[in-house]
Amino acid sequence: MATTAVVSQGHPPTSTGLDHRKVAIWAFIGSECMLFTSLISTYLIYKGRSVTGPFPHEACSPPQCATELPAILDIPVTSASTFVLLMSSLTMVLALAAVENKGMPGWGTGGWLGMGSSKLWLLMTALLGTTFLGFQAYEFTSFVHEGLTIKTNLFGSTFFTLTGFHGAHVTVGVLWLLTLLAIDMRRGLGPKDALLVDISALYWHFVDVVWIVIFTVVYLIQ
Amino acid sequence: MATAAAAPVHPSSYHEENGIWSWLTTVDHKRIGALYLYTAMLWFFVGGFEALLLRMQLHGPNGRVVSAEMYNMLFTMHGTTMVFLVIMPLSAAFFNLLIPLQIGARDVAFPRLNAFSYWVYLFGSLFMNASWLVGAAPDGGWFGYTPLTSDYSPGMNIDFWMLGLQILGVSSLAAAFNFITTIINMRAPGMNFMRMPIFTWMSFVVQFLLVLAFPVITIALVFLQFDRFFGTNFYQTSAGGDPLLWQHLFWIFGHPEVYILILPAFGLVSEVLPTFSRKPLFGYPVMVYSGILIAFLGFGVWAHHMFAVGMGPIADTLFAVTTLLIGIPTGVKIFNWIFTMWGGDLRFTVAMKFAIALVALFTIGGISGIMHASPPADLQQTDTYFIVAHFHYVLFGGSMMGLWAGIYYYYPKFTGRLMSERLGNWHFWLMFIGMNLTFMPMHWAGLMGMPRRTWVFDAGQGLEVFNMMSSYGAYLQAVAVLLGAWNLWRSRTTGAIAGNDPWGGPTLEWSIPSPPPDYNFATIPNVTSRYPMWAAKSPELRTDVPHTGEGERVKSAKELGIPMPNPSIKPLLASGFMTLMFASMLPMHFSTPRPTLAVVGIITFAILMTLTLYSWLLTPLEDAH
Repeated sequence: MATTAVVSQGHPPTSTGLDHRKVAIWAFIGSECMLFTSLISTYLIYKGRSVTGPFPHEACSPPQCATELPAILDIPVTSASTFVLLMSSLTMVLALAAVENKGMPGWGTGGWLGMGSSKLWLLMTALLGTTFLGFQAYEFTSFVHEGLTIKTNLFGSTFFTLTGFHGAHVTVGVLWLLTLLAIDMRRGLGPKDALLVDISALYWHFVDVVWIVIFTVVYLIQ
Repeated sequence: MATAAAAPVHPSSYHEENGIWSWLTTVDHKRIGALYLYTAMLWFFVGGFEALLLRMQLHGPNGRVVSAEMYNMLFTMHGTTMVFLVIMPLSAAFFNLLIPLQIGARDVAFPRLNAFSYWVYLFGSLFMNASWLVGAAPDGGWFGYTPLTSDYSPGMNIDFWMLGLQILGVSSLAAAFNFITTIINMRAPGMNFMRMPIFTWMSFVVQFLLVLAFPVITIALVFLQFDRFFGTNFYQTSAGGDPLLWQHLFWIFGHPEVYILILPAFGLVSEVLPTFSRKPLFGYPVMVYSGILIAFLGFGVWAHHMFAVGMGPIADTLFAVTTLLIGIPTGVKIFNWIFTMWGGDLRFTVAMKFAIALVALFTIGGISGIMHASPPADLQQTDTYFIVAHFHYVLFGGSMMGLWAGIYYYYPKFTGRLMSERLGNWHFWLMFIGMNLTFMPMHWAGLMGMPRRTWVFDAGQGLEVFNMMSSYGAYLQAVAVLLGAWNLWRSRTTGAIAGNDPWGGPTLEWSIPSPPPDYNFATIPNVTSRYPMWAAKSPELRTDVPHTGEGERVKSAKELGIPMPNPSIKPLLASGFMTLMFASMLPMHFSTPRPTLAVVGIITFAILMTLTLYSWLLTPLEDAH
């Protein structure tokens, strides 16, 4: 009975048939879930426990605060930035589809403009991510002008840390997308590179999903 | 079995290169495992020396060997060192050495990431201990409770501790992603999950614990860091914050952490006992399920470390019940080990003695653990030497005994030579007696009310004799450790030639030469049973490497046409820059903050690290073939 497989050269196939990187990114995302769970739980535990203003959803008046301070969260603006980030998930899907189907009959020619252009959709995703970061920078600076810093109260500490961590993740994602775009421009990404885009897309969608939770917990629930 | 007639093959002849550069650039899991082993041994001496100083101080009443401040630093660094710089990396050494061999793989999934994990561990451990050089070693206890570590610790001591732990966390997480992928994706054909060696199984469980527990302490440490450096309010009661948040986050990490420390040792012992009993592991599936159950329940028991803070009867009851529950799968393991030995053809090698010691001593530690699972009992025992006795029985009597069993059992596989059994017996018995002499009296000292983490005790409280016994036990252990280390070092050149399978082991690692060639398996085996080396059906696995009989020259990867990863210095550079990036946060230390210096340092090293990572990722792992 031949029980010894003859695989002496090259790499044996993986046990699951999945690429190593695909398995690893899922493990990584599992870990990231716990990271954000810790941050979001802390935000929830400390919700409403700030001893001084500004507060997220209600005004703060003397004597609790030195002056009259309105509720600080600007929900319409953040709704717009949330929409931008959600749209970036759509363009990410289109980018992955463009890479996977490059060269297929009826798919675009590979030019910059057109539904089948991976370059276009990678760039769009990175731009939408950058726009989201722009909104966040605007929000942070206006909060500081209105008297809320990371030191001011528990809301400031938990808010800036939680959304700052998320923003840092978006920044890493934008750099990742720009790197892919650079590779695409240099040698073109095709179906054999789909995995590269696939794992970045998993990360990107994860960061989006986390934002949906943060938006709900911080902005929508009063 | 090894015979004296086997032609001696010098272990180093199996590597194509041996210079210092080859070690700095290695991506070979076996070499990285050896680096982990020797580095952890070094810290074992340091942590042991710290413990020795503690015991000298407590040898008699009102000792004056060290000052109170020094005592605080010593017990903090003893705990931190033993947990993060000794037991975890020793376990990581075995993950590296064994997992690819046990599953029939040629390396881990990401060899360069593996090297990165090791270098981060090395640099992180050096960073943490560099605190001694500036006279500000961490002094807030290994669990660093706030506000002691926030408001009441203005020195740099805690800065070293929290930044050091952040660095070490990166190492553990990177390794965990790597091993999860390796185990899921690189099993030899036919090795389904229920044929996987039990050590690999326990390691697999531990990787999930690492992946899920470490982010929690990362965040707890980030909060502490922000409180100390930027003046945030996470643990500030004056701003409405709650120092108990730290305790919850720490123990949500900290309790899974104790299973991270013990499960690899359980796995090693579950390999040693069957071999030296010549019987398959009793109840293999139950051993697997109980390991998973321990890990799962391990996330639901954290607050039993906090009964004394007054959480109220409902929370206390809940956590008492989950804690008692976790005793069931643990007890199952103890019984399975005993039944593995029952009626077996026992061989009392040193490895076997260490393994049996784990079963016995862990049981004692487990029972005292069950005692303080009950909140009323815990309120009497908490913060006394009873707790110190408990966790040394599970960590020293459990983890360290299991790891020593693993070292004696697997040493011949990785060096090609057996450790001396004669020296090993001295090592074992002195350690076993010394260990019990040290920690058994602590139960009584603790129940009589002797508090932990206090640098002196007064005469006339009936504590003298217990403390003297503990101290003599510690001196005995020091002798034992030196003997063990001497054995480890000396046997590299003088030990008997081991051959492929010195013990008659059941799993794949025993089918290949000792030490294994760079590529491990010339031919990837096809696995048809749980114990392929014992299966009567496939005796050909005993000569799994058809190119080499015992004592013959092992062919190189090149000769066999096996693709091997290229060595790379980039993991070392990236981890060095990352450590420097964390170290650059020290100038934010709050008594004299120098934010400009910190920001410049962080940005510089972050850019250097990113550039190194790009260069790493854009360089293929192997030459085109």
